[in-house]
Amino acid sequence: MNSIHQLAGQAREVMRRDTTWPFLIPRRRMVDVSKDIILYLEDLNVSFDGFRALNNLNLYVNDGELRCLIGANGAGKTTLMDVITGKTRCDSGSAWFGQNIDLLAHDEAEIAQLGIGRKFQKPTVFEAHTVFHNLELSLRCGKGVWRALTARLSGSERDRIDEVLSIIGLESSRHQLAGALSHGQKQWLEIGMLLAAEPRLLLVDEPVAGMTAEEAERTAELLTSLAGKHTVIVVEHDMEFVRSIARTVTVLHQGSVLAEGTMDQVQNNRDVVEVYLGEGA
Amino acid sequence: MNTLSALRSFGQWFAEFRQPGRGSSWLVGILLLVTLTMSAANLLLPADSPLYVSTYTITLMGKYLCFAMLAMAVDIIWGYCGILSLGHGAFFALGGYGMGMYLMRQIGDRGVYGNADLPDFMVFLNWQELPWFWFGMDQFWFAVLMALLVPGLLAFGFGWLAFRSRVTGVYLSIMTQALTYALMLAFFRNEMGFGGNNGLTDFKDILGFDLQADGTRVALLLATTLLLVLAFLSSRAIVQSRLGRVIVAVRDAEARARFLGYRTEHYKVWLFVYSALIAAVAGMLYVPQVGIINPGEFSPLNSIEVVVWVAVGGRGTLYGAIVGALLVNYAKTRFTALMPDAWLFALGALFVIVTVYLPRGLAGIFERFAVGMRREKHGEKSWRENSGQLSAGEVSA
Ligand SMILES: Nc1ncnc2c1ncn2[C@@H]1O[C@H](COP(=O)(O)OP(=O)(O)O)[C@@H](O)[C@H]1O
Ligand SMILES: [Mg+2]
Repeated sequence: MNSIHQLAGQAREVMRRDTTWPFLIPRRRMVDVSKDIILYLEDLNVSFDGFRALNNLNLYVNDGELRCLIGANGAGKTTLMDVITGKTRCDSGSAWFGQNIDLLAHDEAEIAQLGIGRKFQKPTVFEAHTVFHNLELSLRCGKGVWRALTARLSGSERDRIDEVLSIIGLESSRHQLAGALSHGQKQWLEIGMLLAAEPRLLLVDEPVAGMTAEEAERTAELLTSLAGKHTVIVVEHDMEFVRSIARTVTVLHQGSVLAEGTMDQVQNNRDVVEVYLGEGA
Repeated sequence: MNTLSALRSFGQWFAEFRQPGRGSSWLVGILLLVTLTMSAANLLLPADSPLYVSTYTITLMGKYLCFAMLAMAVDIIWGYCGILSLGHGAFFALGGYGMGMYLMRQIGDRGVYGNADLPDFMVFLNWQELPWFWFGMDQFWFAVLMALLVPGLLAFGFGWLAFRSRVTGVYLSIMTQALTYALMLAFFRNEMGFGGNNGLTDFKDILGFDLQADGTRVALLLATTLLLVLAFLSSRAIVQSRLGRVIVAVRDAEARARFLGYRTEHYKVWLFVYSALIAAVAGMLYVPQVGIINPGEFSPLNSIEVVVWVAVGGRGTLYGAIVGALLVNYAKTRFTALMPDAWLFALGALFVIVTVYLPRGLAGIFERFAVGMRREKHGEKSWRENSGQLSAGEVSA
């Protein structure tokens, strides 16, 4: 008797008209940035076979900001991006996208669909496809198998691709195979692929590695123009480049944040001078 | 001036559609033409006419076309998605066994023991009743359904486990070999209820038609051609859709695709199932034509041979797989008649030569030729060199 009552209670709970069944709640939620902070990383720890690649790392990034991450080789910059994008699981800590999305609860594909785009350290484009098709595949739309089979490019999607092509300056190579592009053009194409996906947050790992000075300059312009509409986090070694784009710089050292501030503040910071600038710049 | 811009826009249009597999409709035409001509020559001409095509040749051609379909199934998964399956023979054989079971039941009481309820080998084993998994197999539609469902589910289960745990490369290939090897051992056992060592044979009828009759043989050849063409067209539609582009993207840069939001493992699983279904259809068509199915079809070596056909024809083109399968099997028929024992060595040598000198197979030669012509025509930039590098990278990967 009792259990029947319980069952009826549960059934009533399930059928309540003022709630939505969990599986009907859309998975792609909008990120909530009402506090103006888009990325909260707290006490992150990652270790590889005992080596601590990230060590109690704390980092907050404002919405619409262009943030530069610098640090020596092996400081953990790429690992940090791996954690944000779901590639690497962290041992402890928390990572929130806005107020409402727990990044640690999602995998790579979901995080990408939530609006976090990532450029790899080594430029990675689909070499067997044309520039146009690379962008087509990156468009923000359903990514399921059935959707892909039946997908047709709409007029607005075509316009979006044209727009991105002009932003990255590859209009004339639209039908070229991506594999035939120069190294710098591949870097731009990859940035363009991120833009086609219309992400909220862009993670850009070493965008000017292997670029000529002019190409780097154009890339700097491109990245600064993106800030505001998107939040951009750039990892870079090239101090000249960082100086040309950065408003706020975060210095990583041995897996944790060493200093944060404007370029001048950071360069005059005693810790930074000691461990980092002492060797190079 | 005007013609120049027209040429350029044509070039751009062409460039956008130069996906692998496009522009190979001539193959469909040739296949249909050849099989129809052969069929007419067999049925309409007297046996002493110089143009008469023997029923043996008809059946041989049907067998080759089944192999071509199997090769295409492997090409879809290997050439387009980079998954080197060395176990597609398993899906082929399972489809074949499904059809074989139906043909066994069609024998009825015309077997050696004259038992209408049990196939001969069960009577021989002293079994009293039909095992449960033979029920319904006397219905053609049910047998066909099972011959698709079982390989399809096996491919789904295997793919789900393997791709979700992100098994790739050599490990995956070894797993597929293990799969087909395990099935071979299982089907060799008499207790399995599939005829053990001898397999299923001595078929009489299919759908009420005598399997030995010329008309049935021709009909089977035509059915095989038709289904090969259908499978080719649907596969081409798939590889030319956005789905096909995602699949190639997964092959070349899986991580990039994943970070763009694609669930790459789902793509791989469904493509694997599709490919297994085509292999199963090929197996279903193969059995009534050769008249036997036995566990030897599960042999790991068979699956490896299929990969050689695809490599020879040129992977990632669909038509290359078909051409490769036809040519290598014709060569095999010729070669084994001369030197039966040397075939495996010849096959190995062929594979080495193709891998070293023709990484894109015969289709590569053909396309280089076609591109050369096109480049002469409108001075378009070459794009083959780049894809050549790409396939070299895949080989080492
Ligand atoms: N998958 C991995 N396995 C083992 N060690 C790793 C792995 N990924 C990164 N590391 C180590 O973690 C450290 C930080 O690497 P990384 O984040 O790539 O540095 P960087 O700041 O140069 O991008 C390096 O010492 C690297 O060797
Ligand atoms: Mg790095």
